[in-house]
Amino acid sequence: MLAQTDLAKLIFGRLTLDSLPLHVPIVLGTFVVVAIGAIALLGAITYYKLWGYLWHEWFTSIDHKKIGIMYMILGFVMLLRGFSDAIMMRAQQAISFGDSHGYLPPEHYDQIFTAHGVIMIFFVAMPMVTGLMNFVMPLQIGARDVAFPFLNNFSFWMTVAGAMLVMCSLFIGEFARTGWLAYPPLSDIASSPDAGVDYYIWALQIAGVGTLLSGINLLVTIVKMRAPGMTMMKMPVFTWTALCTNVLIVAAFPVLTAVLALLALDRYAGTNFFTTELGGNAMMYVNLIWIWGHPEVYILILPAFGIFSEVTATFSRKPLFGYASMVYATVVITVLSYLVWLHHFFTMGSGASVNSFFGITTMIISIPTGAKIFNWLFTMYRGRVEFELPMMWTVAFMVTFVIGGMTGVLLAVPPADFSLHNSLFLIAHFHNVIIGGVLFGLFAGITYWFPKAFGFRLDPFWGKCSFWLWVVGFYFAFMPLYVLGLMGITRRLSHFDDPSLQIWFEIAAFGAFLIALGIGCNIIQFIVSFKNRERLRDTTGDPWGGRTLEWSTSSPPPKYNFAFTPLVHDHDAWWMMKKHHYQRPLSGFVPIHMPLNTGAGMIMAGLSFVFGFAMIWYMWLLAAVSFIALLAVAIGHTFNYHRDYYLSSDEVTRTEASRTELLASHV
Amino acid sequence: MSEITTTLPGSGPKQPLAFYDTKEHHPVNGTLLGFWVYLMSDCLVFACLFAAYGVLGREYAGGPTAQEVLELPAVAVNTTLLLLSSITYGFAVLAMQRNQRNPMLVWLVVTGLLGAGFITLELREFAHLISIGAGPQRSAFLSSFFTLVGTHGLHVTCGLIWLMVLITQVLKKGLITANKRRILCLSMFWHFLDVVWVGVFSFVYLMGVLP
Amino acid sequence: MSAHDELHAHGGDHGHDEEDFGIHATFGGYMTGFVLAVVLTVIPFWLVMDHVIAKSSTAAVIILTLAAVQIVVHMIYFLHMNAKSEGGWNMLALVFTIVLVVITLSGSIWIMYHLNSNMMPSMMDPSNLP
Repeated sequence: MLAQTDLAKLIFGRLTLDSLPLHVPIVLGTFVVVAIGAIALLGAITYYKLWGYLWHEWFTSIDHKKIGIMYMILGFVMLLRGFSDAIMMRAQQAISFGDSHGYLPPEHYDQIFTAHGVIMIFFVAMPMVTGLMNFVMPLQIGARDVAFPFLNNFSFWMTVAGAMLVMCSLFIGEFARTGWLAYPPLSDIASSPDAGVDYYIWALQIAGVGTLLSGINLLVTIVKMRAPGMTMMKMPVFTWTALCTNVLIVAAFPVLTAVLALLALDRYAGTNFFTTELGGNAMMYVNLIWIWGHPEVYILILPAFGIFSEVTATFSRKPLFGYASMVYATVVITVLSYLVWLHHFFTMGSGASVNSFFGITTMIISIPTGAKIFNWLFTMYRGRVEFELPMMWTVAFMVTFVIGGMTGVLLAVPPADFSLHNSLFLIAHFHNVIIGGVLFGLFAGITYWFPKAFGFRLDPFWGKCSFWLWVVGFYFAFMPLYVLGLMGITRRLSHFDDPSLQIWFEIAAFGAFLIALGIGCNIIQFIVSFKNRERLRDTTGDPWGGRTLEWSTSSPPPKYNFAFTPLVHDHDAWWMMKKHHYQRPLSGFVPIHMPLNTGAGMIMAGLSFVFGFAMIWYMWLLAAVSFIALLAVAIGHTFNYHRDYYLSSDEVTRTEASRTELLASHV
Repeated sequence: MSEITTTLPGSGPKQPLAFYDTKEHHPVNGTLLGFWVYLMSDCLVFACLFAAYGVLGREYAGGPTAQEVLELPAVAVNTTLLLLSSITYGFAVLAMQRNQRNPMLVWLVVTGLLGAGFITLELREFAHLISIGAGPQRSAFLSSFFTLVGTHGLHVTCGLIWLMVLITQVLKKGLITANKRRILCLSMFWHFLDVVWVGVFSFVYLMGVLP
Repeated sequence: MSAHDELHAHGGDHGHDEEDFGIHATFGGYMTGFVLAVVLTVIPFWLVMDHVIAKSSTAAVIILTLAAVQIVVHMIYFLHMNAKSEGGWNMLALVFTIVLVVITLSGSIWIMYHLNSNMMPSMMDPSNLP
């Protein structure tokens, strides 16, 4: 009997049938729905015999465009999950007053707000930002792929593995109840003995490897693979912001890795970094994680700034105002973002000298950011502004982001922060900048580059519906939180006693409902656009009258991106080519050197997933086996020297000829 | 940038600027730069561990102090081993530059043996500390000490595994360009670990035992 | 840790048969670096093991200075760092990293020192200072 339990422990660790949420109806219901959906999806893929296609054309693909698109899909799927969490919280807070305790028990509510934060930052915003950079940046610099194509595929699947671990926590065990940064001592083993925090740690560690490697990859791509003639100061602004973002990723994510490793050691090995005894210091965790956390904010927003710069210039039919100042502002923000982290814990009590230093550095950041806003405004000034959907998102961003920026400067004043810290004012502030900045930017970018990725535009009607619902919904959802925050209501509460507050939460819930409709319109927009793709077809490759190199190739681009490597003479390279009556080359093509697809990345990420899962549930045997397998596959892959091939000039000629036909057929 | 001003063949005077490169264009290989950037990011992992040691390194919690448990003679031997392994790796690179496969392999093996000696000594130190009740759980000082030194040791171990893989690959494929590039990457990794060790013995051991 | 093996292995070999890696190691360079490193290692060990300097803070400053010099020696002679390698990007990355390491280390110690002195005065007896 005893031997049997030992064996079961060795294999299953602490995972038992009790870990499955069979007694929680909400989760069980969700599980049934998800399971039916998954079976239907897998069944459809099998029925239409798509597995081979998916495996060869997508999963193993090392083409930066396909990887970028897969990142976007991951981000959108996770947005649905993260938003379900959001609307559950809004519903709970709108009804949980006085005697009513809402429909969510506190321990479930705590998991939801943690999961919401983690998913939205790590598995929605990060994949989407990385996806856009992946797709657009190599095209903008006239490259054929990224510097390390295999690594790109591996990075993507590591991000997926992390996302899958978070999703697993929904149905097997539970997620952390600690808030999205898992502060100790609450996240220590003594206070959170269950698997929730371990899910958090391993999901972020595994996804973090992917993020770091992708950061290195894109950084080297920008440095090494620009088309001849594209000097640093001739790079498109989106590429500049991508460069700075990846610098930040490479410099910030190791800090997250280190601090989560220390937390994991505290939980697994019994060390005393952040414990409350034997010299441990929980405040050190807060200090370290915000050294990562603040640059992370800029990792998300800088690419959005780049998107707005491209969109504003394109739709104002003018070169971007103040290109150089835009670049310098981006670089200054990059450096400054490392000097402000303490403003997240002014109230912890490091005293006047420290607080004032970090308060001032924080306020200084608003200067380059403000300069950017003026640059966009001056770009529009006297331009022939076309209010296509991407431009609408940009204008909504400018208005919304300025409000968020100003409340940010308010919070940067340490004495003000003492009363606003951890209040709903803070929640309103960062949603104001993340939704109004990052998300609006992503939507602008998705609408702008969608025709480049798929060869047809997104349907403008449903796009506009989604736009208005999102923007109006955002204001309804978060302006009440500013009010509540000023009244002193703190975050992360699942129940309120004062009934006079209820109306504000009801307004916020209404706003969340509008946003839900907005997301619905997004989905309808994708479906309608796909059905009407012939009518929305972009035959020119340049549907918006673009300025940068990605618009010089076809939509969607051939797998080699450019038949000949472009030569660049000025910024807005494609605009200049158009002005000089550029003629597409029609002959003389040479074979093109291309990387080969490989499944190694997916296999390694899969093994990492198994390893993470085993570590979470203390399945030491499985953990050891999967780790050794991971090492073996990684080493085995280094013995593969055959990683590239030449695409024949015949095939290039054929591809280019079909584009010539397409261009001629729709003059 | 001379290629920019060349005219497109057959385009005549109307179009003085060429907008594409009609020959096959090879971007410069970015592996060495990429690996350097990776090392820089690793540097920041160590920065955090150093910061943790800097903040927690004197929190003895009534347990053994740094002066009591750190033995400098052993560290001096370890430092010597690592420094010697750095120079032997350097000799391997010199042999590689001259395309001398076998001398290079010999130097790599010597480097590996020195690294293995380093790891053995470090593990003995750890085992000794744990046996006298000064394990990583005892105090925040010991937690941060074990983690910082242990992470460095883990990197050296990875370097040793990599070294063995690389020796196999050179034996199999010879000194081809791809392998040479890998040898240079590992050389950066190995020297980088020596740089980190300079920080470790100065900041942890030497400053730790100061009264 | 498999990431280490990853990066070096997957730099798509874009078909160059012979490549100049831009690194020109010389025997003299390695030996100079080695001798300097030995000297810079022996001095601090000697200072500490023979208790040459009585004052801890002075000894700490000297140890850290020698360590910084030794790191520079390693960078130049072993890692072949100069302002021109990889078009200056190596150097730029290094300088940026050093700045961040300094910010992380000094910032953390500064912040945590003030936190402790304000919030946990009991922990602040002078012998506990880092």
